[in-house]
Amino acid sequence: MRPFKYTRATTLPSAIKELSGNAQSRILAGGTNLLDLMKEDVERPEALIDITHLPHSAVKSLSQGAAKSGVLLDALGKNSETANHLLIRSQYPMLSQAILAGASAQIRNMATNGGNLLQRTRCPYFYDVAMPCNKRTPGSGCGALEGFNRMHAVFGWSDKCIAVHPSDMAVALAALDAKVLAQNEAGQQRRLTFDEFFRLPGDAPEKDNNLQHGDLITGIELPASNFADHSYYAKVRDRSSYAFALVSVAAGLQLNGKQISDVRVAMGGVAHKPWRALTAEKMLKGKEATEANFKAAAKAEMAAAKPHEYNKFKIELGERAIALALTNALNYGS
Amino acid sequence: MSEENQNPDLTDDEKRLFADLMPEDLKEIMDSGFNRRHFLKLMSIGGASVLAANLLGAEQVLARPLATEQAAATAAIENGVKLSFNINGASRSLTVDSRMTLLDTVRERLQLTGSKKGCDHGQCGACTVIIDGQRVLSCLTLAATCEGKKVTTIEGLANNNQLHPMQEAFIKHDGFQCGYCTPGQICSAVALLGEAKKGDASYVTSNIKQTGSAQQLSEDEIRERMSGNICRCGAYPNIVAAIMEVHSGKPVDQHFNFAG
Repeated sequence: MRPFKYTRATTLPSAIKELSGNAQSRILAGGTNLLDLMKEDVERPEALIDITHLPHSAVKSLSQGAAKSGVLLDALGKNSETANHLLIRSQYPMLSQAILAGASAQIRNMATNGGNLLQRTRCPYFYDVAMPCNKRTPGSGCGALEGFNRMHAVFGWSDKCIAVHPSDMAVALAALDAKVLAQNEAGQQRRLTFDEFFRLPGDAPEKDNNLQHGDLITGIELPASNFADHSYYAKVRDRSSYAFALVSVAAGLQLNGKQISDVRVAMGGVAHKPWRALTAEKMLKGKEATEANFKAAAKAEMAAAKPHEYNKFKIELGERAIALALTNALNYGS
Repeated sequence: MSEENQNPDLTDDEKRLFADLMPEDLKEIMDSGFNRRHFLKLMSIGGASVLAANLLGAEQVLARPLATEQAAATAAIENGVKLSFNINGASRSLTVDSRMTLLDTVRERLQLTGSKKGCDHGQCGACTVIIDGQRVLSCLTLAATCEGKKVTTIEGLANNNQLHPMQEAFIKHDGFQCGYCTPGQICSAVALLGEAKKGDASYVTSNIKQTGSAQQLSEDEIRERMSGNICRCGAYPNIVAAIMEVHSGKPVDQHFNFAG
């Protein structure tokens, strides 16, 4: 690991000021991804600003009185405390499941909510500094495009990058219409939808998201959810635990009798960002909640997929995973 | 150290020879008292090959923990961070390189070599320790971030000669073969008991919305919750049995199945 200067931040503004003062500085929170990348010589920060000692609360209810108006996840809340918070387990069970589907118990105890969104792709060509990678070294090419691309994207990729976002938590957050709160040196607060926050690789895959250097994520806001009764996070992977998703699906149904009055479907392991399955959602809204309708919507969603040499299986797998997640959401807890 | 330290420094020529052989370590050798007399003795006995062999010994000496904090302060530590934390009930203060992981700190500086370095990338769980009641990976934790924290390693679980029940259960159920992953497995399992008592859920919990009560874990639950600890010998059935016995408080039979 290359030498770096370590600073223990005592306040949020001082952390942001320190971050803004050096383009080669990075925020250290859980460190589970950043330290690994530093050991691999992929990340080479000159300075780390440790924010783990700043006070934080895991989850805060935004409700006033009887009106349900969502929750705020503190950026520094640990993944494990967020997943096990009673508000999240009872009102956003899909989010608890998604967090608990990711990584291991040890890593979830370390990793923060903000850091989870900012983790980098696990594309092996990104990790291996001997390989070309436009995300790591812009202009060097993409090793995965013609390489071993079994884990890679089938939606929204460009010829510059076919990497996928590795987070499970972010897939559920996308389905739940979460917003990312970020603060900069001037003290300005921004509230970004997931569409505004994440981006597709396009011609600049080195940028995972639309934050600027000096922006710090302070929280994640979730609107009140109508999906607590019928939701599920399905994850398909090479091992039954502790592996990144080949395909994952967060599904939520709001039912009026048998009719679907509202529906959310988001996918992981298929794109540079958590992928909202808008085609499937549109097809299902107003329809009856039946397995046949789930399958038809899943097929329509995956029809737009563009696979690579080694990940053609993700099309059928995606269809089955969407149908499975919706079926389990329908029957969950009953 | 002894009278050898009072000898004069190496000559410039001798330093150059050292620098050629071990450029990285010259400064440390100079600081450590590997001195002229020792150097000349080596050269007179049998030339450079003997010197090289003895340098290996010297390097091992240098790799030992610094004996006192005074020694730590005098050694040049780049980007040094002062750190005080509690390890297995004892307060320790030391200065660490900012890059130093907690794992390297407990192993190389505090002589607690129970925690193991398996992959050093957070994939195997051999380095698992407990910080403030939470199981974490010490290979992905910078020591500098542990200021004021309470760290428990495998060495801190027993009460004098009385092993922790989880340690006893691992022995009873033969929950290891080579033993390299065992300290991490046991630390992880001890923290798992606390999580289950709090009612924490896992991905295989049947209804995540049911909250509030202590979890009676199934074998599937234990396997899922222990998935961050890899055992290359494949002692998993015995590890699960050991954890189940401590978790349930009832004796657990060992059962074996031949692969179909």
